Amino acid sequence: MMEATVESTIEQSADSLVSRPATGERAPVAEGETVGSPFVDSPKMAMRNVDVFYNDKQAIFDVSMDIGSNEVVSMIGPSGCGKSTFLRALNRMNDTIEGARVEGSLRLEGQDIYDPKLDVVPLRARVGMVFQKPNPFPKSIYDNVAYGPRIHGLVDRRADLDDVVEDSLQRAGLWNEVKDRLNQPGTGLSGGQQQRLCIARTIAVSPEVILMDEPCSALDPIATAKIEELIAELSENFTIAIVTHSMQQAARVSSRTAYFHLGKLIEVNDTERVFTNPEHELTEAYITGRFG
Amino acid sequence: MNKSAEKTIDLVNRNLAKRYRAEKRFRFYGLLSISFGLLCLLFLFTDIIGKGHSAFLQTYVALDIHFDEEVLGIDNIDDPAQLMVANYDGVIRKALRDQFSEVSSRRDKRALYALISNGAGFDLQREFSLNPRELLGQTRTFWLVADDDVDTYLKSYRGSGEAFTGRLSEQQRGWVQTWVAEERIEKRFNRIFFTSGDSREPELAGIRGAIMGSLFTLAVTLVLSFPIGVAAAIYLEEYAPKNKWTDLIEVNINNLAAVPSIIFGLLGLAIFINFFEMPRSIPLVGGIVLTLMTLPTVIISSRAAIKSVPPSIREAALGIGASKMQMILHHVLPLAMPGMLTGAIIGMAQALGETAPLLMIGMVAFIVDIPGAVNDPATVLPVQIFLWSDSPERAFVERTSAAIMVLLAFLIIMNTLAVWLRKRLERRW
Repeated sequence: MMEATVESTIEQSADSLVSRPATGERAPVAEGETVGSPFVDSPKMAMRNVDVFYNDKQAIFDVSMDIGSNEVVSMIGPSGCGKSTFLRALNRMNDTIEGARVEGSLRLEGQDIYDPKLDVVPLRARVGMVFQKPNPFPKSIYDNVAYGPRIHGLVDRRADLDDVVEDSLQRAGLWNEVKDRLNQPGTGLSGGQQQRLCIARTIAVSPEVILMDEPCSALDPIATAKIEELIAELSENFTIAIVTHSMQQAARVSSRTAYFHLGKLIEVNDTERVFTNPEHELTEAYITGRFG
Repeated sequence: MNKSAEKTIDLVNRNLAKRYRAEKRFRFYGLLSISFGLLCLLFLFTDIIGKGHSAFLQTYVALDIHFDEEVLGIDNIDDPAQLMVANYDGVIRKALRDQFSEVSSRRDKRALYALISNGAGFDLQREFSLNPRELLGQTRTFWLVADDDVDTYLKSYRGSGEAFTGRLSEQQRGWVQTWVAEERIEKRFNRIFFTSGDSREPELAGIRGAIMGSLFTLAVTLVLSFPIGVAAAIYLEEYAPKNKWTDLIEVNINNLAAVPSIIFGLLGLAIFINFFEMPRSIPLVGGIVLTLMTLPTVIISSRAAIKSVPPSIREAALGIGASKMQMILHHVLPLAMPGMLTGAIIGMAQALGETAPLLMIGMVAFIVDIPGAVNDPATVLPVQIFLWSDSPERAFVERTSAAIMVLLAFLIIMNTLAVWLRKRLERRW
């Protein structure tokens, strides 16, 4: 039954996909399928039967889930479970890896993002990404933030660009710390500041979705707290998918949580549900610390 | 487990001394290698500088020149053609005869004239045509270039000891000694060496022609090999699919880097000169041949530099929607530039010192004129060194060493530039 739904979803046009009835209340899934409520009404991104291969090795098995508008979805799971791979499939960052192949249907507002005719450049402008290690460009703070708007030609005048830079840094909570040294290199900031600079750089192009791949794993607890605060604020305007190793972080920042295990999506549920009353025994085993 | 902890620590301590000895030996070997290298370098430099330093000085003789209208053969001072062809050698000879009035036989006169360089007349002409009206009929003292035999004799003359006489007869040495006694002879900075082209007369031979030839050749090489090498490296690193064709290309590039340079010369001869019928001996062809030779070096170092750009920077650029070209132009190239420039400069230094391929395309010819363009016949510094080292005149020995010093100076400058550029452009991330 589930499979029938999925197939018809793939064949549906963009419009009918948006108006698709909620699938969360459908009959319980079969053994080995994702439990919980992976699908939402009018999703921002809809992934169906996604397989990811690195050459012959399959890293992601048949993952289907939705990411709703303006929600924070966290992806948790033990190391090597494929959560980062899945995240990188969402804005085709896997294209840069030799031998990586993605199958299945991944749609951003109904548009197939693996359509060979689709240009990845506008896609990545719509689906931005923040990486594990802060990776500011070896340029000034200003140029780091201004780079995206510049290459996409979002602003014409220097003054507008200044506004975009200031606004982005404000929203990333970095403005007060760097406003007097915008011309200094971004690489001279502390780790947490660098990561917020990377977030500012990402939101400067006003993406619709922000993908975060363990954005706090290289940061100390105070910097982490700041980023988490920031994620909560950003979720008002952006859809955020965050991969994290820290279950506490997932619990703090996200509204829904997806648990990955050995390349399979085991459970997707409201975050509270996942951490208090998980449906699947593997999820329970993980969050209670029996492995991971 | 039964063996006590004390025993373990004893074992460790016993081995410790041995370990330290081994480490000391290891360090000593390194030190030995470096000392050997430095010793060789020191030997090379002492030898070359010891032989070559004297070439930077040239012997000049002061003669009282009387600009006699009759001897010069000038009847109209306003005629530049007459000034050009006037008999300046004649006034020099007359000055010599005047000073040594006892010389009368033809043979002796010839021996006397041989003490002054053939080129002295040209110097005199230059001086005279600056101010002909004032000088005509006057007597002035001029410092004129001495012949190379006089130069060599005086440079090897050390007070009482034996001097290298060369072709100078006893009579000629006597005249030279007279000048020395009258303080009419002096060693001055050898400007000719830096301002003129090649010559059969050592005292008139300079390396300007070879330097210009080298510069033109290197300019052609740089203009061709850097863009082509960088573009090839970018394609191979960033765009080329990894398959057996690119593997084959990679193996071939690495092989080309090890091909003896004379092969490239043969290739240049066959293709550019025989097939395309380009002229021989020109820096353009030399530059193209050296481009072929340095390309592998430039490509390999550029690829290494591109590879060393951290993937996080690429991901950051792609992650906010930069196209591949923007990623390369805005991020990869600026970060890889120091490495690529270093590779290019090292390739250039290699090209600057290359002789064999240029012999094949005729840049070994005897060329007196200083080249002014890439299609003027020219020779290059290492070939000039090769030519001079083959010349029989004793005075060319010191000039050979001096030319080597100039070549080494250029190489040191280029390598310093490479280091400086690297330091200057390097950015941390």
